[in-house]
Amino acid sequence: MYWEKENECMSRDELEQFQFEKLESTLNRVHMNVPFYRKKFDELGIDTDEIRTMDDFRKLPFTTKDDLRDNYPYGLFAVSLREVVRIHASSGTTGMSTVVGYTRNDIKIWSNLVARIMTAGGVTRDDLVQIAFGYGLFTGGFGLHYGAERLGASVIPISSGNTKRQIRIMQDFRTTTLICTPSYAMLIADTIYEMGININALSLKYGLFGAEPWSESMRQEIQEKLRIVATDNYGLSEVMGPGVAGECLERNGLHINEDHFLVEVIKPDTLEPVAPGEVGELVVTTLTKEAFPVIRFRTRDLTRLITEPCPCGRTFVRMSRVMGRTDDMLIIRGVNVFPSQIESILFDIEGTEPHYQIVVERDDALDRATVLVEVSEAIFFDEMKKQSEMVGLIRKRLASELGISVEVRLVEKKTLERFEGKAKRVIDKRNL
Amino acid sequence: MMLKVRNLEAGYGKLKVLRRVSIHVKQGEIVTIIGANGAGKTTLLNTIAGLIKTQSGEIMFSGKNIHGLPVERIVFYGCSLVPEGRQVFSTMTVKENLLLGGYVLKRKKMDGAVEDEIESVYSLFPLLRERKKQLAGTLSGGEQQMLAIGRALMARPSLIMMDEPSMGLAPLIVKDIFNIIYKLREGGKTVLLVEQNAQASLRIADRGYVLETGRVKLQGPAEDLLANRDVQRAYLGKDIDADNL
Repeated sequence: MYWEKENECMSRDELEQFQFEKLESTLNRVHMNVPFYRKKFDELGIDTDEIRTMDDFRKLPFTTKDDLRDNYPYGLFAVSLREVVRIHASSGTTGMSTVVGYTRNDIKIWSNLVARIMTAGGVTRDDLVQIAFGYGLFTGGFGLHYGAERLGASVIPISSGNTKRQIRIMQDFRTTTLICTPSYAMLIADTIYEMGININALSLKYGLFGAEPWSESMRQEIQEKLRIVATDNYGLSEVMGPGVAGECLERNGLHINEDHFLVEVIKPDTLEPVAPGEVGELVVTTLTKEAFPVIRFRTRDLTRLITEPCPCGRTFVRMSRVMGRTDDMLIIRGVNVFPSQIESILFDIEGTEPHYQIVVERDDALDRATVLVEVSEAIFFDEMKKQSEMVGLIRKRLASELGISVEVRLVEKKTLERFEGKAKRVIDKRNL
Repeated sequence: MMLKVRNLEAGYGKLKVLRRVSIHVKQGEIVTIIGANGAGKTTLLNTIAGLIKTQSGEIMFSGKNIHGLPVERIVFYGCSLVPEGRQVFSTMTVKENLLLGGYVLKRKKMDGAVEDEIESVYSLFPLLRERKKQLAGTLSGGEQQMLAIGRALMARPSLIMMDEPSMGLAPLIVKDIFNIIYKLREGGKTVLLVEQNAQASLRIADRGYVLETGRVKLQGPAEDLLANRDVQRAYLGKDIDADNL
């Protein structure tokens, strides 16, 4: 099923022209309307009239989260506030929030793109969509809400939190589609089992999860526990919000809505493009945004592009699930470690719960990482021998995967903090 | 993709009118280019038609590079222009004007097709049949515009480019002209339309480009452009803020 087949399946040739034209007009508009970009281009001696190829385009400077903060709140808007019909701010996982705006057309396009990824994830107008993302300044709630309405589905705007009420409504309203963060989906699933509710009595069919990195094993677990088809979707408020990319039912990478976003993958240290298919930082340029266009925005999200054609027929390139963030990336004793790597190992080990925390400390200039893992009660109360066997197993697996040794501590079920929004997995006690 | 223009730069002598323009037109579309006087709309059409030499950039038509080709070659490939101000041959009859438009068919050794084509132009514009023996210079503005369109159609173009077809015409006639453009698409033609009457052209177009000082400033589905407040203020004579005063 497609939402806009003509766009989603357009030939690469056509897409290339499409992107080029839109890039051209976006550059013209930011140069005319946003003093920040004009100044930056002028300082570097870049004449936007001379951007004629993708190689020329790569001479343009990157835009970073700091640029957005420095221009707080409205400095990067390309239209006057009169044209703006909505204002959101980033969830501020790290540091001060940044402000983004939308014109009426921006909202229309955004809704459409979300309707696209929802369709790709199996949702139709016959579905009852429970949106358990926070509503408010965060783009997740409203973004999915407008998209689901555009699609014509029945929207239950429950917002996040109050897990038992979520489940009650899920039962009573016969929700077919759950939308939230993957970690919240896990919490909901666990709570359903704790409440002793028969999962087969629920009407859930699909889950669209995003706003934080998750692993393939976590998907498997959510799918099994909730008996749904779970797809990943991607977006960030600086670029638009949800709807930038989303998985189709193949569940093998997220199709990027390339008719609205131009993406690059770069090495975060050298800022050079990675070799095709290699992992690096995703950089996004908006092609149709009116109120808040961004040029070469460094997302800090690590992914790789999959250019092989997808059996679903969509021609848009796919990005792999986000493997972590460049600023989440822990450098422990000089080795790059991503929480998602640890997560996927833990999922593979029987007896562990999908809740963990990574604590990094520094003693005498030496980094020490400890992974706290929740284990199921059965194992915890069993004899010490089993526990130490398990610790040994986890340590061995982590050491071979990460290339460094980390300490492992088992903790009782439900001792680690739970999150209704984005989960906080890393506690870095080093003063770096 | 029927027409694909990339990084087009063109002008007169040292004067650059088009700074860097990329557009495309797909088979069966009506695409409109709107913009103020002097934005470069006519220059763009004339450059595609081969009347003005490009300074740089590429123009692909039906997969062929037509950049730098002589005008008649471009018409031969199926891209015709209805020029600004009609430019009918006023001392020739209506039919003679149409026959001149059919010259390409003769070159293609399709002499027999000329009469068929005249018939189909007459059925599209019954008025022209009535006036076929009249000198073109004696026609009204609207009739001359119909003749100019008919003359371009005689070459059996796949893409028909029109430069300000509504210019200087009475409102009722303007409506007729836009109806005809709509009909042309239904008849399988692809249309690239330059207009100052942004409202009317965005209404019939699928997509549009807004040209400003030789650059594309905005583009997208026609309905989105109609809803864009910059477009409304600058080209549609609507100012929401002023309305509320």
